[in-house]
Order: sequence, then structure tokens, then C-alpha cells
Amino acid sequence: MAKVKEGWGSRIGLILAMAGNAVGLGNFLRFPIQAVQNGGGAFIIPYLVSFLLMGIPLLWVEWAIGRYGGVRGNHSSPFIMDSMSKQRLWKYIGVFGIFTNLGILSYYTYIESWTLSYTFNSVLQTFNGLSSSEVSQVFNDYVGISSTSSGAGGLIINFPLLAIVAFVVTLTINVYVLSKGLSGGIEKVAKIAMPLLLIFGVFLAIMAFSIGDTGEPGCTTCNSMVGFNFLWKPNYDSLGNPKVWLAAAGQIFFTLSVGMGTILCYAAYVKKHEDIALNAMTAGWMNGFVEIVLGASIVIPIAVGYMGLDWVKENAGFMMAFKTMPYLFGKWGPVLASLAGVAWFGLLFIAGITSSLAMGTPWMGFVKDEFNWSRKKGAYTLGLLILVLALPTILFFQAGVFDEYDYWTGTVALVIFAVSEIILFGWVFGIDKGWNEITDGADIKIPKIYKPIIKWVTPLFLIIILITSLIKPLNGEIADWQTAVNQLFMHGSWPFASDSIIGQIFHVNQEVIWFKEGAPTVMFAKDMSRLLLLLTIVGLSYMVHIASNKRKLSQSKNPIS
Amino acid sequence: MSTDALTFMIAVQGTVTIVTAYFFIKVLYSKKDKK
Repeated sequence: MAKVKEGWGSRIGLILAMAGNAVGLGNFLRFPIQAVQNGGGAFIIPYLVSFLLMGIPLLWVEWAIGRYGGVRGNHSSPFIMDSMSKQRLWKYIGVFGIFTNLGILSYYTYIESWTLSYTFNSVLQTFNGLSSSEVSQVFNDYVGISSTSSGAGGLIINFPLLAIVAFVVTLTINVYVLSKGLSGGIEKVAKIAMPLLLIFGVFLAIMAFSIGDTGEPGCTTCNSMVGFNFLWKPNYDSLGNPKVWLAAAGQIFFTLSVGMGTILCYAAYVKKHEDIALNAMTAGWMNGFVEIVLGASIVIPIAVGYMGLDWVKENAGFMMAFKTMPYLFGKWGPVLASLAGVAWFGLLFIAGITSSLAMGTPWMGFVKDEFNWSRKKGAYTLGLLILVLALPTILFFQAGVFDEYDYWTGTVALVIFAVSEIILFGWVFGIDKGWNEITDGADIKIPKIYKPIIKWVTPLFLIIILITSLIKPLNGEIADWQTAVNQLFMHGSWPFASDSIIGQIFHVNQEVIWFKEGAPTVMFAKDMSRLLLLLTIVGLSYMVHIASNKRKLSQSKNPIS
Repeated sequence: MSTDALTFMIAVQGTVTIVTAYFFIKVLYSKKDKK
């Protein structure tokens, strides 16, 4: 096994890198949109409760698992998990901690490249004077969305040359920073990027507060304060709605970057007896600040200010960032529009790159530990892997391959991994040993109530999320669950929603046709992308198997080590 | 913006800001951070 000299240069650097890992595009796009789709103020209370009962415990657990493994010379999830149990199974479950990152990186780097490209376009004032539909069309042209299919199967191949160039540039930046290591690359970027992100965020939030009533003709709700009012009007009825609770718990999950293996990997470079309790809280709450204070104060209030509340409720979505925001900034005049564009897309780029660098680290740690690869070799192979995995998401963007990756790696794999690690920590490793790990060297006193929460409440929370995601019926409303249970007892069947995990696996409510008149269909492209992801898991598992055999061989030669 | 929405926003955002700042200051003044 390679001697690992990698490490963090300072505590602040580690915290900023961890916060940068958590602060991502989701803070500025997913959170406000989830809030809009779940009743505005109705969403906030379940969100905060989920943070306290699931987010904070998971942060402590992941930091503790990471430091525990790192102290024993392991810096990737398969062997970190392996060090906590004698059962061989865990190292293969740990494969998810690398796979998830590779899968997410593939499409995340692509989005990151859009933000880079749009930052330059804002400087060049490309969007000035364009109408709403023209700004939207700029995005469609950029990603190569076309209305003409290439064959009878309806499968469209997108070949957006400029977007591919921007993607390669973005990937190269990531590879370069990763090749410089933790303190020489990631930490340096985090120390510059995170303060800059806060400056951009505060500037945009002040703009959102200041626009107020825009006086758009024929629009009575075109006032940014209406947007703030919608997001922050408390609605206690929501506390009884399981759909809102699930959405809130899901958001906490994604925003903190738990269940991915990145926190484990970063924490693996924390030294023995060094604090993790306060570090985890500082990074976690910093992410909360960016999301709740800044994330809630930008996209929705500005959009409501110019488009009205009804339009936002109907159209709120991820693509608003690219298809709508440049048009709205245009209302502020050419100079401010350019400044706001740079702040907005620059902010998204920073949020993106600090997260994508974190996602590259598990692979780097794995190949360095197990195969003694240099930083450069690790970073270059990562770049190559991501290029291969990302190409289908670019070329078959319109076919929905991008969404397939997001669903399987950015949703399903996260939940599976989080359930596994909380069971490993609280039940296999043991909550008493686990609690000692969390509190070892702690700079804050952790409330003892968190011990039973970690053992019982957080796993229950996660298992409920997993089961409901697996078998969600129809639209997932309370009435749909009642209908489903009735159907189960009356007819022995379950009405799986097409977006439930089982519904997705078996293409419920979808026609499964791979070829039409000899031409491949959209379904074919989606299923092939699933196969590619599956092959990635198999390939990584095989690498873990080889590494495990190498370790056994090394131990038999040097039994003392 | 209605009074209850404003109150709720200030309460939540204020709490999150204060807790974040508290933890961050605690880290900055921690004796263990020798680097």
C-alpha cells in the first residue's frame, strides 16, 4: 500500500473545502424550486426539522467514518468501510462511494461548463436586447437541441461543438486542480472561491430585495416582495403532508452532499484526535447559510419580480437559471445586466467547481492508496473516465440520458449508500464505539440526544425515504398511498409511479421499444446509458477485488504491517 | 410582504446566520488550530 503524504494545510482550508463540497448548484436552484413546488413557506419547517434529525447526524457520522478509516491508512470508501467491519460485503458497498461521484461528475461537469460559458457570454453582453424566447433559444442552440429527429426511432443526436469545447475546458480545469493535491489545489481554490461566492450572492440578494414592484404591464404580482412573501409565509398545515416532508428530507440530503462518499474521503485526511464535531457543524451550517439566506433570496424573488407569481409557480425549474435569468437581468440595463450575469453564473460556476473537485477526490484517494498511482496519473485517468461517461449525456441530451444519470447516480445511489453507512456505523460498528469516534477531540459538546437519534431516528428517516422512493404509487399523495393499499388487498397489485425506483427499472407506463423501422429509439439510448452505469459499478467492484487481493498478499508477506 | 412572512424570514435567516457565525468564530479562536 502506498504511503500517503496527502493532507490538509489548515483547518480553515478543510472547512472551506468541505463547505464548498456541500454548496453546489442545488443551493441556488434546487432549494428555491423545491420550496416553490411544495407550497413556499410550507416547506421551510420540515426542511429545518430534517436538517436537525437527519442532516446533522449524517454529517457527524460521515466525518467520523472518514477519520476512522484515514487514521488506518484508507482514503476511499471501499476500504474505509472495510476497516469498520470484518464482513467482506462492506467494501463492495463502499464502491457506491466512488461510483456515485463518477456518475454525478459526468453530468455535473457539463452543467458547470454551461455556467463558465454563460459567464463569458455575460461579459460579452450576448443577451442584451434579446426577448425572453430568444434567450431561451440561445440555450437550446448551445446544447444542440433540435426539432428534427435523425431516424424513425425518434432518437436525436446532439452535437453542440461549442458546448463540447467548454466541457473539455472545464474538465481540464478540474483535472489540473486535482493533480495539485488537497492543500496545493483544492484548498487554495476553496479559500479564494468561497469568499467570492458570498460576495456574488450578497450582491444578487440585495438586487432582488431592491427591485420591489417592477410595474410590468398587466401583471399584478410582479413584485419581488411577493416572491419573498410566498417563500416565507409560514403554513403549518404542511406539517401533516408526507409529500412535503419527503421533499424537504430529500433536499437536506442533496444539499449537504451526504451519501456520496466525498465527506468520507475529505475527512480521511483529518489526523487522529483532531476535531471533527465542530468542523462538521461549521461546514454544514455554512452550507445552510448559503442555501437559506442567499439561495432563497435570488432566483425566485427576481423571477416573481418580472414574471409574476403564477408564472413562477408554473415554470419554476432548473433550466430557469439559463433560459430565464439572463433575460431578467437584461431589465436592469446593459451594465448592471452584465455585472449580474457575471455574478450569477460566476457564483454557479464556483458552487459547481468546489463540488466537482470534491467528487474527484474519492477516485484519487482510491488509486493512490491501492495502486500507488501518482496524483497526476490519478487526475488524468479521472479526466479520461469522465470524458467517456459524459459524452452520452452531451450527445443524447435531448433523449434524456442526462436525466438518467441524475436519477440513478444523483438520487438512487445516494440513498442506498447513506442507508448502508448509517447501518454500518450505528449497528455493525456499534453506536458506543461510533459515539466515541464522533466525540474524540471534539471542540464542542455534542448533545447526548444525538446518540439515540443516530442509532434509531436517522436510519428510520432514511429507510422511509428509500422505501417510499422504491414503491411510490401514482403521484405519492396521501390519497394515492390509500388507493395503492386498497388495490393491494383487493387485486393483489401495486400501482407503481413511473418515477418510483421500481417503476423506473421496469419502465412502468412506458412502451419498451428499442428499434423502430431499424432505427434506435429514445428508450434504447436511455437503457444503454443504464448499462454503461452498471458496467462502471462492475468495473469498480473488480478494481476493489484486485486491490483487496493485493492487500492480502502484502499482509501475508509482512504479517506485522 | 406580510408581517408574519417577514417575522418568519428574519427568525429563520437570523438564526442560521448567528449559528453559522458562532461556529466559524469558534473555529477561528480554537487553540487547536495551530497552522
